[in-house]
Amino acid sequence: MCLAIPVKVTEVLPGDMAKVKLEGVLKVISTALIDDIRPGDYVILHVGYALTKIKPEEAQRTLTLIQEASMGVAP
Amino acid sequence: MKYIDEYRDGRLAKLIADRIAALADAARSYCLMEFCGGHTHAISRYGLEDLLPANVRMIHGPGCPVCVLPIGRIDAAIALAARPEITLCTYGDLMRVPGTNRSSLLEAKAAGADVRVVYSTLDALRVAETEPEREVVFFAIGFETTTPPTALALKTAIAKGLGNFSVFCNHVVTPAAMHHILESPPVRKLGSIKIDGFIGPAHVSAVIGTKPYELFAEKYCKPVVVAGFEPLDVVQAILMLVRQINDGRHVVENQYIRAVTRHGNDKAQAEVANFFELRESFEWRGLGELPLSGLRLRPQYAAYDAEKRFSMMTPRGKDNPACECGAILRGAKQPAECKLFGAVCTPDTPMGSCMVSSEGACAAQWIYGRFREKAPQANATRVVT
Repeated sequence: MCLAIPVKVTEVLPGDMAKVKLEGVLKVISTALIDDIRPGDYVILHVGYALTKIKPEEAQRTLTLIQEASMGVAP
Repeated sequence: MKYIDEYRDGRLAKLIADRIAALADAARSYCLMEFCGGHTHAISRYGLEDLLPANVRMIHGPGCPVCVLPIGRIDAAIALAARPEITLCTYGDLMRVPGTNRSSLLEAKAAGADVRVVYSTLDALRVAETEPEREVVFFAIGFETTTPPTALALKTAIAKGLGNFSVFCNHVVTPAAMHHILESPPVRKLGSIKIDGFIGPAHVSAVIGTKPYELFAEKYCKPVVVAGFEPLDVVQAILMLVRQINDGRHVVENQYIRAVTRHGNDKAQAEVANFFELRESFEWRGLGELPLSGLRLRPQYAAYDAEKRFSMMTPRGKDNPACECGAILRGAKQPAECKLFGAVCTPDTPMGSCMVSSEGACAAQWIYGRFREKAPQANATRVVT
């Protein structure tokens, strides 16, 4: 139910809407729940609404932490 | 897909599982509850339990809104849909949930009721706009992830003057449910099990933040790690929980930093607070009446509240007495311990709610996990996921 997927914003539309792309599929979604959206941003999409923006630097930091954890480095 | 594929590296997952095995104290067990159905699905789908040492056990929690919706609310929705003037718009998850005597919205639709599956509240609004002669009711269910879209639909309906749009509200709240899993008298009476730590929901937390779990972690001395839904997110969260338990710590940690902050989405929270208030209590399937665990529309929006507008009654539904969904939702039983599991209850012919939703513990076990254990085998049915 709370499944949501990361999608890339391709175009910001009037009325708090945006076009997003996912695996070649284009869809118009609502961005009324988030601010300051730009083409190229990735958002978490749930039932037609962007819930939050994905922070690229934190995404990378998570991968780094996972890599370190796999090598036995705390935390 | 970016932000998905990189979190599905099986080699890394195995290495982290090896770390968990190395850190887990062989003299004790670690019972970890993943509250959210999205995690239940991921754990089963990627076989994560097979990677973990035997003393680290995952308990599937009640965080699947389809599974915890009481049968009476399904019956009420079916009765509403049967009215000739009404178009009931619903998320697809609810179509096959069995009501009393195994009725369902799918059966109601087959019998002529105007029930329509929508992807989004935006679609339900479009129906109300293009068919002004119909009374369009949106069957709203879900945790905090799904509530803001309902709030925005109400906002839009009011702004556009859509007098034929209303909401049958069944939204529920997460922290209250986590609290009641550990403490509420009905749950205690029904029996529960030892839980050493929680994997906190991913997208619920994107909305509410990690802050609401802080009091919970402190009060019950249970660590909480908020995690994303991808397999590497989950194994990393399990590692973080094992470390906390070993250290005797019980704090809230955030593994899902790419999408979750401490305070969550203020805008979404404000929209929800504007339209909804807490009910005194709400019934959860398998858990009973839980105080302050569900939402209803605020009185000033009564015109958009389907329960008031259509004088809806919520009958006391009767669950199948042989169905163990209740105990499974509390983590007190495993799906294979239910005598219906795999015999008459499969995703094709669900008897209980945990078999309907792909996030339900029974469906996850049937689709991905039944080959791991000697569960009762039904006639081989091909499951389309």
